[in-house]
Amino acid sequence: MPDKPIEGEKRVFMTGNEVVAWAALVAGAEIMYGYPITPQNEIMHYWTRLAPKYGREFLQTEDELSAGFTTVGGVLAGRKAFTATAGPGNTLMQEPMSMAEAMRLPTVVVIQQRGGPSTATVIYSQQEVTMTTLGGNGEGLRIVYSTANHQELFDYTIKAFNTAWKYRFPTFVLGDGYQAKMRESLTIYDPASRGIELVEAEPYFGKPGVPGVDRPPTQLRNTYNVEEELYEVLEGYFRDYQKIAPEVAEHEAFGLEDSDLVVVSHGVVSRACKAAVKELREAGIKVGYFRPITLRPLPVEAIRETASKARQFLVVESAQGQLARLLKEAAFGCPVEMLDLFKPGVGITAEDVVSRVKEIVG
Amino acid sequence: MSVQPAMPKSWRVDTKPHKFCPGCGHGLVLKALGQAIDELGIQDRAVFGCDIGCSLLAWDFFNVDTIQTHHGRTTPVITGLKRANPNLIGIAYMGDGGGYAIGSQHLVNAAARNEKITVILVNNTQYGMTGGQMAPTTLPGQKTETTPYGRDPEKTGYPTQGPEMVAAITREGAYVARGTVANLRQLKNYLKKALENQMAGNGFSFVEVLSTCPTNWRTNAEETWKMVEQELPKYFKVGEIKVPGGQKEGEANG
Ligand SMILES: Cc1ncc(C[n+]2csc(CCOP(=O)(O)OP(=O)(O)O)c2C)c(N)n1
Ligand code: SF4
Ligand SMILES: [Mg+2]
Repeated sequence: MPDKPIEGEKRVFMTGNEVVAWAALVAGAEIMYGYPITPQNEIMHYWTRLAPKYGREFLQTEDELSAGFTTVGGVLAGRKAFTATAGPGNTLMQEPMSMAEAMRLPTVVVIQQRGGPSTATVIYSQQEVTMTTLGGNGEGLRIVYSTANHQELFDYTIKAFNTAWKYRFPTFVLGDGYQAKMRESLTIYDPASRGIELVEAEPYFGKPGVPGVDRPPTQLRNTYNVEEELYEVLEGYFRDYQKIAPEVAEHEAFGLEDSDLVVVSHGVVSRACKAAVKELREAGIKVGYFRPITLRPLPVEAIRETASKARQFLVVESAQGQLARLLKEAAFGCPVEMLDLFKPGVGITAEDVVSRVKEIVG
Repeated sequence: MSVQPAMPKSWRVDTKPHKFCPGCGHGLVLKALGQAIDELGIQDRAVFGCDIGCSLLAWDFFNVDTIQTHHGRTTPVITGLKRANPNLIGIAYMGDGGGYAIGSQHLVNAAARNEKITVILVNNTQYGMTGGQMAPTTLPGQKTETTPYGRDPEKTGYPTQGPEMVAAITREGAYVARGTVANLRQLKNYLKKALENQMAGNGFSFVEVLSTCPTNWRTNAEETWKMVEQELPKYFKVGEIKVPGGQKEGEANG
C-alpha cells in the first residue's frame, strides 16, 4: 500500500469534489461518513475509489443525522473523520454539529451549497451561510472557511483538519455547487513538501489502562442540571473562541487605500467581484475589494478598519443578505453605508458587479 | 449495621447512590450490565453511550469511557466510533422513545448493516424523562399524559415489537433478546451474550429490557412489580429471539 497519496506536487485539472477527496486524503483523514446529496456526491465517489488504496474507511449512513453523529463517533475514537453535505442535508447536519460544539469535537464538514429554501435547486447558491455559521441551537462556536476556487478548496480542506484538531471546534469548508462541479487547474501536493505539519489526532476514548483504576474515565456530557453549570462551561468556550479568533480569521483585500466604495463578497462570488474591481480600477474608477475567507470567526478588526475608512460597502452575494447580516453586526457603529447586489440562488458575473458599481458611482 | 450489596467493579462508586427515582428499572439494568462488563473483563475497552431520556442520568455511572449523546442518536454515535476503532466495545443505551420513535431509522439501518455494536433498549412503556407521554411501546388502554383516556390502538397503533423487528431484518450473526428487570440473572446472561457476540465480531446485538417507571406509572411497589412481571409480558415476549449459529436459552434441555 503506497503510504503517500501524493509525492511532492502535481499539476491537475479536476472538479472541486475530486479536489476535496484528494485534500482529505493528504490531510490524513481516516474515515468519511456520508449520505448522497447533489452537488456533494462526487466527494464520496472519489473517496470510495481512493480510500481503500490508502487504508482509509467509508460508511454510507441512513441520513445526514447519522452521517454527522457517526462522524462525532469517529472523532471520539481518535480518528480524523469527516462528512460532506448540502442544502436539506446541511439542515439535518446542524443537530450533530451542535453536539460537536457542546463537546468541542473536531469534526470536519464540507458543504457544497445548493439553492434553498427546501429542496430548491441542486445547482448553486450562497444561501447556507447563516446555517453553516450559526446553525443549531447554539452560539456558532465553529470555524467556517469559504473557498473561492479549486486551489483554495484543496488548501483549506487540509487546513480545516488542522484547525479542527488544534482548536477543537467543529470546522466547515463552505463551497458551493459551482466549485463542486466545475473543472479547474490547480496544484495538489503532499503537505509535508510545503512545510505544512499535520496536527495529530488523539483518542478521547479507549486510552491505555482501566478507567477508574489506571486513569479517570473520559465522560463527556451535553446536559447540565443547573443554569450556572452550563454558563460556566460556555463562558470558558467563549473565552477560548475569542482568544483564537484573531489567529484563525483570514481575509483578502486590495485597493482599499484610495476607495470610498468597497465591494465585499465571499466564496466563488468574490472571483466575479475581484475581476470587476480590477476592471473598474483600470478604467480609473476607485473601488476597493474585500473578502472574508473565514465567515466564522469573521475578520472583525479588518472589517471595522475598512468600514471606518470607506464610505460605502457594496455587498454582493448569491443570497438575500446572509453575508450582509454578518457584516452589519461586525461593522456596527462604523459610519459605512451598506449597499447590495443580492441574487439568491443565482450566479453573479463580473458584468453584474461592474454595472451595479457604475449605477452607484454614477 | 446494614450490609451494602456488592456493586459491580465497573461502577463508579463516587457517583452512587445513582440519580434514578426509587423503584426505577434503569438502575437494575445498569447493574446487570456492570456485572456483564466485569465478567467479560472489558472495562478498559468498553465505550458506553447513553441517550437523552432517563438514560442520560447514567453519563457518569460507570468507570467506563462514556458519551452522552442526543435523543435517539446514540446508535449512530456508537456506530461511528466502532467503525473508526473496531477494538472498542460499543454499547448504545437508550429508552423506548429514543430507540423506536425518534431514532428508529438508526436502529433499523444499524441492524440491517449488521453493525458490530450492542444496543440496549429500556422499555418502560412511555417517555419517562419528559413526564410520561405515550411511547411506541405504550400498552393498549394504558393511560399516559398524551393518552389520558388510555391508548386507543385504532388511533395510535399497537405496541412496537422491537426485538422481533430487529430479528426480522438482521441476518446470520445477530443476537436479539428481550429480557426483564424481573429476572436479573437472565438479563445479565443476555447482556453478556450480546457483548460476547460483538467481541467475536459476529454482528449486531440487541437486547430490549422490560423495565419500570413507578414515577410516571404512578404505581406503588406492588403495582409496579405486577406491571413488569405480569402485564408487560402479555405484549412483549421475554426470551432470546435470535442467536447466531447456536441454541437459544432453554432449547438444549427443552
Ligand atoms: C430532538 C429531541 N426531541 C425531543 C427531546 C425531548 N425528550 C427528552 S427525553 C425524551 C423521551 C425519553 O423517553 P425514552 O426514550 O423512552 O426514555 P426514558 O426517559 O423513558 O427512559 C424526549 C422526547 C429531545 N431531548 N430531543
Ligand atoms: S422517571 Fe421513570 S424512568 Fe425516569 S428515573 Fe424516574 S422512574 Fe426511572
Ligand atoms: Mg421510555
